[in-house]
Amino acid sequence: MTPTSGPTDAVSIQLDHVSRHYTLATTAIRAVDDVSLTIRIGEFVALLGSSGSGKSTLLNLMAGLDRPTSGAIRADGKNLAELSSLELARYRRNTIGMVFQSFNLLPRMTLAENVELPLRLAEVGHDERDARVAEALQRVKLDKRTQHRPSELSGGEQQRTAIARALVNRPKILFADEPTGNLDSATGESIMNLLLEIRSSLGMTIIMVTHERPLAEKFATRLAIMGDGKLLSSGEKQ
Amino acid sequence: MKLRDLTELAVRNLRESVLRNSLTTLGVAVGVASLVAMLSLGVGLQQLATSRLTKSGLFDTVFVTPKFNMRGGPQSQAGTQQNTEPRLLDEEARQELAKLPNVIEVFPQIRFPTEVRFDEKPYPTVVAGMPQSSQQSGSFDGMVGTFFSGESADEAILQIEFAKELSKDTNSLVGKSISIRYAERQPLADGSGGFSIIPKEKQLKIIGIVETEPASGFGGFGNGRLLIPLGVAQSLRATQVNDLRDAVRGGPAKPTYANLTVRAKSTSDVDAIEASVKKMGFGAFSLLDASKSLKIFFGVFDLILGLFASLALAVATLGIVNTLVMAILERRREIGVLKALGASDGDVKTLFFFEAGVMGFLGGIGGVIFGWLIGRGLNLATNIYLKRRDLPSIEVSSVPAWLVFTAIAFAVVISLVAGLYPASRAAKLNPVEALRYE
Ligand SMILES: Nc1ncnc2c1ncn2[C@@H]1O[C@H](COP(=O)(O)OP(=O)(O)OP(=O)(O)O)[C@@H](O)[C@H]1O
Ligand SMILES: [Mg+2]
Repeated sequence: MTPTSGPTDAVSIQLDHVSRHYTLATTAIRAVDDVSLTIRIGEFVALLGSSGSGKSTLLNLMAGLDRPTSGAIRADGKNLAELSSLELARYRRNTIGMVFQSFNLLPRMTLAENVELPLRLAEVGHDERDARVAEALQRVKLDKRTQHRPSELSGGEQQRTAIARALVNRPKILFADEPTGNLDSATGESIMNLLLEIRSSLGMTIIMVTHERPLAEKFATRLAIMGDGKLLSSGEKQ
Repeated sequence: MKLRDLTELAVRNLRESVLRNSLTTLGVAVGVASLVAMLSLGVGLQQLATSRLTKSGLFDTVFVTPKFNMRGGPQSQAGTQQNTEPRLLDEEARQELAKLPNVIEVFPQIRFPTEVRFDEKPYPTVVAGMPQSSQQSGSFDGMVGTFFSGESADEAILQIEFAKELSKDTNSLVGKSISIRYAERQPLADGSGGFSIIPKEKQLKIIGIVETEPASGFGGFGNGRLLIPLGVAQSLRATQVNDLRDAVRGGPAKPTYANLTVRAKSTSDVDAIEASVKKMGFGAFSLLDASKSLKIFFGVFDLILGLFASLALAVATLGIVNTLVMAILERRREIGVLKALGASDGDVKTLFFFEAGVMGFLGGIGGVIFGWLIGRGLNLATNIYLKRRDLPSIEVSSVPAWLVFTAIAFAVVISLVAGLYPASRAAKLNPVEALRYE
């Protein structure tokens, strides 16, 4: 993986008329409605929009946690709609990393064990794991807290651990659903700086859902705006 | 995921909710313990019964009689079927029987009426000759004094009832001497097969007193109450019941046996020996059928005990299902995280499956230990009871290796079955829903 400082021309994810509908009783909810979007490798895309506009649903579709009702999603050269659930799991394990608003660390595991989890799932050899875990925690500057439990950490530190966990398996795409939503603005900025630094040093594509427009404008390379399930704007930042 | 990681995660998850999981494991352990305790009781009693019966010599012996006996009935019917020439049960036949495969020994049952003189008073009784091998039969286990020093020692062991006739203080009889009077058979010089009967007397030393009735084997015509070595009994050539029969039948003057007891190496050889004996032209009889029904009885006994224990195990199984289903509710989020990190449905399923298996394995081991302790307790209680009644101690409960392994394997299998439903439910959990924060 060669470090790059910005977007390239190669396509990372391509959405083609993607819809995700939920049918509740008689009413159909169009959580994602006919979205087409192309994201290139190395981009840092911020997904903006009001609550309930379908940001999380779209992110989950791209992350292979959910399947679209119609439309095609091509990610890293694969059509996610055509993958079996096992192949989809392999895609999540090897191609992407995920960070959540509520951190989602396993409370009874130490930081090191939390970060090791994706390596276990990917069947990375034991001899290699410790080094990779140490490297990931070093990157988020938590290498002195490896044996602590998540509850012993601040929110920002927990989110950094979650980022280390998302990075440890060297994914090509990082998805983040409101990663700063539970943090104060200063901590939020430090997390954003961390993501930016990781993107440039590892050459990753980052797709982040956020409510905070100023943060998005400051850090993202491109703002995609959603409203009522539709993509209102996918323009790159001016 | 690799096996090692699965095991590590499963064990770690089990440790996380120690209380609930150990209660569930305890449930399995109790189920397995009752299974082990009940089956160990079954096995123990069976071993006890068969070892007693085997020792008694009833089940590893074939009782041989000449075809032309006076009983008639079923045996002579068997004779017509087999179409073999009836033979005399003489010394030659005895040698031949001893040469049959898997035969340990062949000995006659010698019993004759006698008059014992002790302290200048006469006591009528029956003498029985005992082979040296009868020492192992278990009948002499609790005896006072010692067993015969040899095949031809002029020694006697008294059955307790008879000893009581001789003296109030039976133990004081050991070491004293008695004389027995009996009728010796002397063949007539004319070779007609007839004989004369001459009264004889023999001195014997009392060396022991026995409470059981060692000479009460089948085929005898009354229990011997004065036991002497078989060799001595034979050398006396005392008149026996079949002698009269021989004399009436006429023919050669060769002495014959009224019957012979053939001891087999093990009960499994009895059938073959019985068949060969019949082929040789003798009547043969064994109690093997009785031991077969005993096996069936214990089989059913074990089955019933096992059924009760299975009930306990079924409850334990429900406990595992409950614990794991609860765990899914509690760990929804964790399952969602694992899936988001790339765990496949299969990984999640195997993880829950493993947890069930580990609980089953630990519960199985705990259960075997519990069950074994319960068995020990039963043994202890039984033996305290027996000791109060001055009876020799026994083992009512026994935990053989196969029971240990079967019980643990059973616990694991049951737990895995119990884990099937929760595991597939966990695997089907939708990660998006599991991760949606409340
Ligand atoms: N499982 C579901 N069943 C029915 N409707 C759903 C389901 N999941 C999401 N929705 C609906 O889809 C719409 C989009 O939801 P989504 O979570 O994607 O919004 P969002 O943009 O992430 O909002 P927020 O900013 O509040 O997180 C909402 O109206 C929601 O109610
Ligand atoms: Mg959302």
